[in-house]
Amino acid sequence: MKRGAFSSHLAALRALLAMTVVLGVAYPLGVTLVAQLPGLRDNAAGSLITDADGEVVGSELIGQSFTDAAGEPIVTYFQSRPSMAADDTGAPYDPTATAASNLGPEHVVDTLPDPELGWEGDENASMSLLTRVCSRSFEVGRLENVDGSRPYCAESGGSAVGAVLGVYHSEGVRGTVTRVVSLNESCDTVTEPFITEYRGVTVECAVYGEDHSGAVPVPVAGDAPADPVVPADAVAASASGLDPHISVEYARLQAPRVAAERGVPEGVVNALIDAHTTGRSLWVLGDPGVNVVTLNLALDRDHPVTSAGR
Amino acid sequence: MAAGLPTLGFVAILIAALVLACRPLGDHIHRVTTRERHLAVERGLYRLIGVRPDTEQTWAGYARSVLAFSAVGVVALFGLQRLQHLLPGDKGFDAVDPAVAWNTAVSFVTNTNWQSYSGESTMGHLVQTAGLAVQNFLSAAVGIAVALVLVRGFARRTTDRLGNFWVDVTRVTLWVLLPLSVIGAIVLIAGGAVQNLTDTVTAAGVTGDPQQITGGAVASQEAIKNLGTNGGGYHNVNSAHPFENPTNWTNLVQVLLILMIPFSMPRVFGRMVGNPAQGRAILAVMAGLALLSTTAVVLLELAGPGTVPTALGSSMEGRDVRFGVGDSAVFAAATTLTSTGSVNSFHDSYSAGGGGMLILNMAVGEVAPGGVGSGLYGMLVLAVITVFVAGLMVGRTPEYLGKKIGARQIKLASLYFLTTPAILLLALATTIAVPGNHAAIQESGPHGWSELLYAFTSASNNNGSAFAGLGADTPWLNTVLGICMLLGRFLPMILVLALAGSLATARSVPATSGTFPTTTPLFVGMVGAVTIVLVALTFLPVLALGPLAEAL
Repeated sequence: MKRGAFSSHLAALRALLAMTVVLGVAYPLGVTLVAQLPGLRDNAAGSLITDADGEVVGSELIGQSFTDAAGEPIVTYFQSRPSMAADDTGAPYDPTATAASNLGPEHVVDTLPDPELGWEGDENASMSLLTRVCSRSFEVGRLENVDGSRPYCAESGGSAVGAVLGVYHSEGVRGTVTRVVSLNESCDTVTEPFITEYRGVTVECAVYGEDHSGAVPVPVAGDAPADPVVPADAVAASASGLDPHISVEYARLQAPRVAAERGVPEGVVNALIDAHTTGRSLWVLGDPGVNVVTLNLALDRDHPVTSAGR
Repeated sequence: MAAGLPTLGFVAILIAALVLACRPLGDHIHRVTTRERHLAVERGLYRLIGVRPDTEQTWAGYARSVLAFSAVGVVALFGLQRLQHLLPGDKGFDAVDPAVAWNTAVSFVTNTNWQSYSGESTMGHLVQTAGLAVQNFLSAAVGIAVALVLVRGFARRTTDRLGNFWVDVTRVTLWVLLPLSVIGAIVLIAGGAVQNLTDTVTAAGVTGDPQQITGGAVASQEAIKNLGTNGGGYHNVNSAHPFENPTNWTNLVQVLLILMIPFSMPRVFGRMVGNPAQGRAILAVMAGLALLSTTAVVLLELAGPGTVPTALGSSMEGRDVRFGVGDSAVFAAATTLTSTGSVNSFHDSYSAGGGGMLILNMAVGEVAPGGVGSGLYGMLVLAVITVFVAGLMVGRTPEYLGKKIGARQIKLASLYFLTTPAILLLALATTIAVPGNHAAIQESGPHGWSELLYAFTSASNNNGSAFAGLGADTPWLNTVLGICMLLGRFLPMILVLALAGSLATARSVPATSGTFPTTTPLFVGMVGAVTIVLVALTFLPVLALGPLAEAL
């Protein structure tokens, strides 16, 4: 018995070593070798894009952000989707730190920051998924000069937040409403909440540090159109954090701005969008997408920003 | 439902491809694993390993080989990670933290591929290719081998010999997994997946803001990751990463790779027991459950219930544009219906109902069609339980495939079914009772419970996908989830092998007019119903605390 156990472990070790040579060395190297064939070679290397000097500027498959050092959109470029691929301090679209938000559909209550420190300074603060969506939509609306409103979002303090009330009842989750707090609106940033009254009770703003876990969170839909002007992909973070595409709708929304900033007719920009759109393979697979990286590169090549335009 | 039409097209092409692929693939697996003669290459390998290929093992001997091979695999993979900084191809990364290395070693050897680390910033070339990818192959081969043994148990009479583990693993690896992986990898590269040995390329960036573009032997790992229903991604974002899954059609290829072998195994079973109709009945149960679940997930995600999806006007959070919401949902269903766990969208951001369905898929024990091998043996155990239930109804001794299902068989089958939920629920309850663990949960309320429930269901059922909001990289979770994976893989396997042993020694009883036929729609419906009832009874209470509470 004992010898049996020993010999089967020895066999296991030998088998593992032999298999490692075949599967762990020969297989990946063999595939890498085949990948050197013309037609596969560029793909295998990462679909890299080089400029006239042969310098690598990026990959066709990996999205980039088109923002300045402060994180503000550079208006002459099409903007990519929100990305969560960033380490604690870095910029998004970082291929060494890919990630999604991993936030659920009912992540709607912010943990407000210490007013002294602000969102960036207070590491205990966390913005809910809903407020992220609302504030991004507001920013896109302002940038593209369109209506940025969405259901469950409320304009507040120069941006937008998730419209969520914390409702206290006389008996836990039942009974009459005794107190209502607008959970995502800090008294330090707003003078009055997005809604003045809820079920006959005056709505308060949220005081920093007050615990509202005893209240029932109630999102308020409001009167924004159910089909918002700003497309969903413009305000929802991607899965990879490196999504090179935006929807055709979001590209069209940005076309007038980019055209104006570059002094190019809108029709020309729209034609470029079409040229950089990947449709559905076999008519049904996936969703159509506009490659922001190659589109912006084409813009820079064909319609560079003149110093006067800038 | 115009938005659903392209997804319907995706599913239609997928089904057509599976129908075309699975019969020949099943026949191929059958041919390879039942061939009498040993090829010269195989003989060479057996000599190297030091085993006699013609000596067949008893169930216990086979189980010892399974455990020895897996134990050596865990130790070797743990060592490789701990020593990576001393070995070539480390990409400049440090030795992997011991708790993470333990968790990862167990995870890949058990075909779970749960990942508490971020691939692109933790694992060098050598660990990825010579460590993780090797176990992707071997853990899949072990799963198929154990399934073969159970089928032999039904097919053979009055013997205690059930095959040779080393022969099964060698043949499945060399002639099934390897060639299909080579083809899969090349197809993925043609779509844009990367395959190189560079560390990173610094790109200047369109705006002048530099970007570090990562490299690696990604495509070769991607193919076996899906084909072997493993699921461990080269990168943190797994199959959502454009270098792993670059286009809308590579996405279809990946789902096809995931489902191909599991849906071929019933054919292997039918051929081995000498009655393909038996295989078709099992296939029908798998396909029926899979179709039901996939439809539910796709419809729920396209409808996008919940506050944030309503605010967005769609379920785009955690999805990439090229896949869209519909195809992402099909991928999510496929990866949880099998034991794969690779993801191209983030399940934590799924609607309460959709995410709940994904948990349910795993809780069903991944039998529709399930992991490579494990799906078939899981489903056969359920079939045994079904004939027992049917036998109770009419008061006859139950039989399946000419074998009497007696007290020993039904005990083993029931234990098989109870083991995984018991591990899962005990570990979950212990974890929630230990105060320090609450910090790992990202969200409060029912969604936080779902994150934890998902993690334990995923680990115990060897799936490996996650509601990734859970901060799983804590010593407690790394250790306990590792134990769950280990027990959730090998206890059921031992029970299956024991069941095979007890069946093979029995003689075959001739079918009479009183025998419950196991190729009819009635039987297919009953196995489906038994599966759903058993799982519902086991998991409704925990589901009520998480997804159900969130949906209401």
